[in-house]
Amino acid sequence: MCRIGSIKSTTPIPPSMALRLMLPQQEGHDNSGFAMVMQDLEGVFAPHKDKPLLSFACTGKGKQIADDYMDKKGFIPVFQWIPDLELRPGLKIAAMPNYVFSNYDYPRDMRGASREAREELLLDTRLALRRLLEKEGHGFVYSFWPDVLTLKEIGDPADIAVCFGLWEDDGRLLAKNIVSQCRQNTNYAIVRYAAHPFFLQGYTLCANGENTFYTKNTEFQKSLHRGYIGFESDSQNFLYTLHYVLRQLKWPIKYYKHVITPLPFVEAEQRADRKELSLIRESLAHLEINGPNTIIGLLPEGQMITCCDSKKLRPVVVGGNERMVAITSEVCGLNVILPDRDASEDIYPHEREMVVIDNDLAVRRWNQ
Amino acid sequence: MESVTTQDVTRNDFPWKISYHPERCTMCGSCTAACTFNAIAPVMARRDLTVSRKSFPEPVREHMARPVIAQKNDVDNACVGCGMCEKVCPNQAIAPVRNPDSRFPLLARAQGPVKRGGRTNLNAQRTLDSIIVGRISQMTDPSLDSERHTFDIRSPLGRVLKADELPFRVEGDNLVLTGATPPVHWIYPAIFSDMSIGALSTRAWEALALATACLNEKHDMPVRMCSGEGGMPIKLLESPQLKYVILQIASGHFGWNRIIKALPKMKTDPAGVLIKIGQGAKPGDGGLLPAAKVAPHIQAIRGVPKADLLSPPNHQGLYSIEESVQKMHLSLNAAFGFRIPVAIKCAASATSVSVYNNLLRDPYKICGGFFIDGIQGGTGAANEVSLDHTGHPVVSKLRDCYLAAVMQGLQGQIPLWAGGGIGMTGNAAADVFKMLCLGANGVIMAKILIQLLGCVGNERGRCNACSTGKCPTGICTQDPRLVRRLDIDRGAENIVRYMLAFDSELRKLLAPVGNSSLPVGRSDALVSTDKAVADKLGIQYAC
Repeated sequence: MCRIGSIKSTTPIPPSMALRLMLPQQEGHDNSGFAMVMQDLEGVFAPHKDKPLLSFACTGKGKQIADDYMDKKGFIPVFQWIPDLELRPGLKIAAMPNYVFSNYDYPRDMRGASREAREELLLDTRLALRRLLEKEGHGFVYSFWPDVLTLKEIGDPADIAVCFGLWEDDGRLLAKNIVSQCRQNTNYAIVRYAAHPFFLQGYTLCANGENTFYTKNTEFQKSLHRGYIGFESDSQNFLYTLHYVLRQLKWPIKYYKHVITPLPFVEAEQRADRKELSLIRESLAHLEINGPNTIIGLLPEGQMITCCDSKKLRPVVVGGNERMVAITSEVCGLNVILPDRDASEDIYPHEREMVVIDNDLAVRRWNQ
Repeated sequence: MESVTTQDVTRNDFPWKISYHPERCTMCGSCTAACTFNAIAPVMARRDLTVSRKSFPEPVREHMARPVIAQKNDVDNACVGCGMCEKVCPNQAIAPVRNPDSRFPLLARAQGPVKRGGRTNLNAQRTLDSIIVGRISQMTDPSLDSERHTFDIRSPLGRVLKADELPFRVEGDNLVLTGATPPVHWIYPAIFSDMSIGALSTRAWEALALATACLNEKHDMPVRMCSGEGGMPIKLLESPQLKYVILQIASGHFGWNRIIKALPKMKTDPAGVLIKIGQGAKPGDGGLLPAAKVAPHIQAIRGVPKADLLSPPNHQGLYSIEESVQKMHLSLNAAFGFRIPVAIKCAASATSVSVYNNLLRDPYKICGGFFIDGIQGGTGAANEVSLDHTGHPVVSKLRDCYLAAVMQGLQGQIPLWAGGGIGMTGNAAADVFKMLCLGANGVIMAKILIQLLGCVGNERGRCNACSTGKCPTGICTQDPRLVRRLDIDRGAENIVRYMLAFDSELRKLLAPVGNSSLPVGRSDALVSTDKAVADKLGIQYAC
């Protein structure tokens, strides 16, 4: 079973904190990769928070292709970090030749553009780069967004951390939000794009379990938005639905839960908002999920969310103190990074519950 | 000494031969009284018998005339194999036996085209039986417990809008509905399909209505029943139970005079209206109620004289799909205040996808369901050439329609309901589950219901005499003596019990694939052992 985790902190934290959250949860041959999305960055990226950050892994040719494309489109590089990999023998990692994290300034003609127009440009650019690098296997483009960094790799998470120097906590990589998973898509083809978390226009999501409605979700999402592509993992469906409900439809967050796990008809019929709920279920029947899943999401403004399938067939726990709150699959992870927290305050969300952690770490929870 | 005349008709020319055991027969007359086709009769026959009439054995060979039961050897009274003689005989002395050497199709046409009821006897192949629910939860995700978990078994009937078309306004953390939307009813995923009063006896129709009400009111199963094109009893039109009935309008408009007159007195809305364009059993052919079945009460309900009642092949005055939407859909929606879904039923055809595409693109958003009826659907009366040689299998056509909607991102906008042969093998739940996975929102079923009432007809030429007015089970006749054979309560009970088992079996299929709500479009749950079927439907091939 996949274990997933996220940390939200008032002070910036390093990736090693996410690894310490996740590694105790390893069971058997579960840990087959490491992936994380960091948002609200400090460290080396702090001066460039408003400049979109491109995260990708590539061959030498792939880097050249990407540089040429960005140059052609008028993006101006302002900062770049290419980590020196420590690829000593014995480390279990299927490394790519280059990992590139570059901040760009917008093309001149887009500097006065609206936020919406810029966001569309960033998506189109990432999709175009992905297509270019995908053609001949020259690389993987994970995110292109201001103040967001994505790293994904295949191998043993602890070794990947050694390779990238993540254990050193040297202050270069810091963020107030980290979402991570320590597993590749073990049940299906091992593809870097299939590793959680997934990112799309400010929305980050990781999930565990098997999406039994993958086919119907996917068939529906393919025609909803040009950014809904890939589908290498059945959990990408959850991200695309989150993006569609919140960003495209602009519905309040609670309706995400209503879309993916509609109330049983007998319960919905008793409610004052039954008409609205029924319409939502009718129109978005193909976005329903039917488990077994737990979902952790990170929203553009920094709120972290979690919810489960309608039968709660996967575990999740939320715990924290006044400085840091974490959401993860198993409590043993929380015990490592938050040993001094009041465990009696831990929340084990149930199948109809949604939990939102605000930027001030206030935890809101409500029943669907 | 008899001489042979080649053109003489004999019993061996018929599809069914009577097997008769005179030594068991007491000449009680039950079989001849039960045979509605007048296919058997008592006759005197010459017999050579060895008898012993004394108190000690003294066998004597005697030549005598004896009464026996004999099968008639004229085409008009050919045995249809219904087996009522066998059913009624107290001594198992008589039974019909299928005759593989029948020449009946040649003989019967001497009197014109052959008409009959039932369903195709030529294309009874079962695509659904080569499909298996093959994606079972094993370690990757848990199977559910069909007894313990709750299941949300409901399907939409009505026009569904795209999410970005919904008239919502955000108020704080809430969405508030600010405008009207088309009516959508969430109902049980099996509709009792349209068999009219007229095609069915009043008792049979009443048994269906009784079963429908019982399932709704006692078992929380919101099953809907379609009236068929033949109107409704006034009492039901004015009763609260009207809400369980979908009113059908077809090209003959039979019964609508009464329905329109009853509108002001209706206590509740019907469950919907179904515009019948075509029927899977006889596509391109209109409805047919032979005069033999137009009894006085049928004349009253439909407002017609005793005559063959023919619904035209087309709705007169409709020229195109667009026109149908503008005229029929809009006017029927308007008649009920836009409060109930108005759906359309077509025979499955190579053109079904075109029709569905067109309806999906209708700007009025007014079509509340697309019903596709396959070649294996039944009928009360049709030309045999239509039954056996026209139509389209429903499974691939349903899939084609669903995938056409998927290509446009419009799946679910006009719910797909499919039928024609559902439950032919007796297990309707398995058929329904597979159809749902292939993209149906629900199914329509009819023939299986009358089989539950006691119909003995099948797709191998048994009985199929629904058109004659002589239905031996009292289901498809208006003859009061025959109708009395049908016990309404027991018939309804059979249907209710079957549907309860159906519901349990549906859960038994939902549970192992790990789903608690209907897997509409979940084609990954299916595999086929037939490569051609797998390729056509876009599901995995397994062997």
